[in-house]
Amino acid sequence: MAILDILKLPDPRLKQVSEPVDSFDQSLRDFIADLEETRLAGPGAVGIAAPQVAHFRRIVILDLSSRPKTPNHGHLVLINPEITHWEGFAMGREGCLSVPDYTGNVIRATQIRLKAQDADGVEHQYEMEGFEARAVQHELDHLDGLLFVDRVVSRRTDLHRRKVYK
Amino acid sequence: MTDTLSDWNLLTLVGADRPGIVSRVTRVLYECGCNLGEASMIRLGGNFTIMLMVSDARPETEILDALAPVAEELGLRLHLDPLSGGLHQHLMPNVQVRVTGADRAGIVADVTEILAEQGFNILELESDVAGERERPVYIMNIQGYSDRTIEALADALVPMAARGVSVDVSPVDVLIG
Repeated sequence: MAILDILKLPDPRLKQVSEPVDSFDQSLRDFIADLEETRLAGPGAVGIAAPQVAHFRRIVILDLSSRPKTPNHGHLVLINPEITHWEGFAMGREGCLSVPDYTGNVIRATQIRLKAQDADGVEHQYEMEGFEARAVQHELDHLDGLLFVDRVVSRRTDLHRRKVYK
Repeated sequence: MTDTLSDWNLLTLVGADRPGIVSRVTRVLYECGCNLGEASMIRLGGNFTIMLMVSDARPETEILDALAPVAEELGLRLHLDPLSGGLHQHLMPNVQVRVTGADRAGIVADVTEILAEQGFNILELESDVAGERERPVYIMNIQGYSDRTIEALADALVPMAARGVSVDVSPVDVLIG
């Protein structure tokens, strides 16, 4: 196991689109272990995506198990994840291991349906909402070469206001 | 004050809004050899306003002299003040307070006084007046840091409801991914 180096803005490799995983072998499991160790070494990250450590495969780790009040599916390894359904939108503040010392507001879907394989290649479906749905969208963006800074909206873009005074 | 004076100055510019102010001003600063740090520009009441951290490669007087012609041409009032502190001092908010109510004097003082009594540190505040001209609505969003629970803060703000002001307190959950 090893803590891997995290790519940081403005490293152009963060814009690279990652390739699907096609073999579910020991080297995949070894990489996932390293990726998890790297996530845990960072400052309180609930997720990490393989391209953040310059491994351009569609692999994401997500873990909201430390947040009992937030609806979540616990520790997840998501291989070749795909969002199949989006609903609602909300603004929330995000930060990123690849963008130190900056947080910004991002609009994300509040409910999603997700299809992904696990480390053994078995496909699963998930219904996710709120913070977990936000985390998945943030991590999946990495697989497509997008950072949350590409989606930041002004602090004054206030969804709440429009909702109340429609 | 924990910080001594830094290399940074705070440049404040205010004037009638028009396109191109930021580019003209920052070009002058760049040609002076200044670096720019954090900035906040917004239109307030149709006016251009900006506060801009400027690190001074040159004495303040030289920067002011360089800015004078463009300020005069664009009708901008400006200040350049020494600043303590510097970059990378962000604090993360953990509470958001949204305030709405029929516009009347004292809303801000009332709400922020209660928050201050709770030891709430306001990190960002923006407010606006919306609604129709005859029936203006005051809207304020505050993000800040507090050790108190959301419930404790909401309880403390309950008296605002009796004054016709709706206050919503919610956690700011920063996602790190």
